[in-house]
Amino acid sequence: MVNPAVTLTKLSVRRRGKAILGPLDLTLEGRGPTIVLGPNGAGKTTLLKVLNGVERISSGQINWNVPDKQVREMQAYVFQRPTMLRRSVRQNLAYPLELLGRPKRQIAEDVRNWAAQVGLTGMLDDPAPRLSGGEKQKLALARALIREPKVLFLDEPCANLDGRATREIEQVLSEAQAAGTRIIMTTHDLGQARRLASDVVFLLNGLVHEQGPALQIFQNPQEIETKAFINGDIVE
Amino acid sequence: MDDIWAGLLAAFRLIVTLDDDLVEITLRSLQVSLTALVVASVIALPFGTWLAIRRFRFRRATIATLNALMGLPPVVVGLIVYLLLSRSGPFGVMGLLFTPTAMIVAQVIIITPLIASLTHQAMRELWAEYHDLLISLNTTPAQRVMTLIWDGRRALLTGALAGFGRAIGEVGAIMIVGGNIDNATRVLTTAIALETGKGDFALALGLGFVLIALALLVNFAIHALSRTEREGTW
Repeated sequence: MVNPAVTLTKLSVRRRGKAILGPLDLTLEGRGPTIVLGPNGAGKTTLLKVLNGVERISSGQINWNVPDKQVREMQAYVFQRPTMLRRSVRQNLAYPLELLGRPKRQIAEDVRNWAAQVGLTGMLDDPAPRLSGGEKQKLALARALIREPKVLFLDEPCANLDGRATREIEQVLSEAQAAGTRIIMTTHDLGQARRLASDVVFLLNGLVHEQGPALQIFQNPQEIETKAFINGDIVE
Repeated sequence: MDDIWAGLLAAFRLIVTLDDDLVEITLRSLQVSLTALVVASVIALPFGTWLAIRRFRFRRATIATLNALMGLPPVVVGLIVYLLLSRSGPFGVMGLLFTPTAMIVAQVIIITPLIASLTHQAMRELWAEYHDLLISLNTTPAQRVMTLIWDGRRALLTGALAGFGRAIGEVGAIMIVGGNIDNATRVLTTAIALETGKGDFALALGLGFVLIALALLVNFAIHALSRTEREGTW
C-alpha cells in the first residue's frame, strides 16, 4: 500500500482580498500522526480543509502521491464542532457506507462493530443531535473511520471534552493509526500533541513557521515563536 | 349572526346525512388539490433544495423571481392556463379544458413557487449546517439534494402543507379552467362561490365550514403520519 503523502506548492487561500493561508510550500509524509500547532487564526483549520478539498485554494497546487480520483475517496474529516445528521446514531454511522453503495448486511455489521468500538452500542437508536458533546465527537470519529480512510483529518477533536472522553478518543486514534490510517490533526492541547505526534507543523499567521519530528520540535525548537508557544507563552 | 348559525346547522346536516353532492365535491376537491400538491412537491422540493446548494450566475435573480411568483394572482394563472388549453391554444388538441386535469395544472402553477421558496429557505439553513460534512464525504450533487430533503423533511412538510392550504382554498383559477360544472369540475370553493351568488348563504357557509374542517383534517393527518410532533426536535 502506498503511504499517502502530500506536497503543497506555493499554495495560498485568500478571502475578500485577505490572505488566510500561505503562500505555503509544505510536504507531509511519513506514517505517524502529524500534528498542526499554532495560535488562533494561524490557519490550522483552513489548512486541513484545503487538504480535504472542503476549502478552495486561491492559487498554488496540492499534489497527493495517489491518482486524483482516489484522493477524496481515501480521506475522512472530523470537524471541531461535529455535524450530526438529523438521524439516529445508527443512521449517522451507516450514511458514509450507503454513499459508497455497500451491501445492507455489511453496513449493519460495520455499524455494530464501530458503535461497540466507540462505546455507543446502547445509543444506536437515539437521535444523534441529542448526544452529549463527547458522544457526538466519538460518533463523528466512528463515522469517519467506518469508511476505512487512508488519511484522517481531525480539527481539534478533543476541544471542550473532559479527560475521560479525550482518553477514549485518543485510544481510538491510536488504534486507527496502528491499522494504517494516516492522521493529520490540529490541536491546542500541547499535552495531547506530545502524546500523539510523530511530526509537528507549527503555523503562524498562515505560514509554516517550523516543521519537523515531534521530538525535535518539543525538545529543541529552532524558532523563538515556536519555543514560546511550546512553553505556553502567548504568541500572536 | 343568524346566517352563521344557519351555516353551522347546514354544515352539520350535510355531514351527518353524508349528502351525496357534498361527498362528491369534497372528494373532487381532495383529488384535485392533493394531486396538485404531489406534482408541485416533486418539482419544488428538489428545485428549492438545488437552489440552496448551487451557486450560479443568476442565482439571486432566480430566487427573487421565485419569491415574487409566490404572489401569483390565481385569476391570471387561470386565464393563462385557459388560453393554453383552449381549443385555439397550443395544447387545445389535448381537450383538457373544463376537466379536473386543467384544474390540477392551474393549481400546480400556483403552488409550486410557494413550496419551492419555502423549501429554499429551510434548505439554506440546513445546507449551512451540513456543507462541510457533505463536501468532505465526497457526495455527488444528487446525494446532497436527497440528504437535505430527507433530513429536512419536517420543515419541508410545513412548506407542502402551506401549498396544500393555498390549493384547497383557491377559487379564481379553477373556476376559469374548470368551469364549475356540476358532477364534473365542481369543488368546494367553486360551489361556495356559486351558492353565495345564488343567495343561499346557509349552504355556502356550510360548505365553507366543511372546507375548513377538511383542511384541518388533512393537516392533522399528515402531521400524525409523519410523527412531526413526537420527533420534531431532532
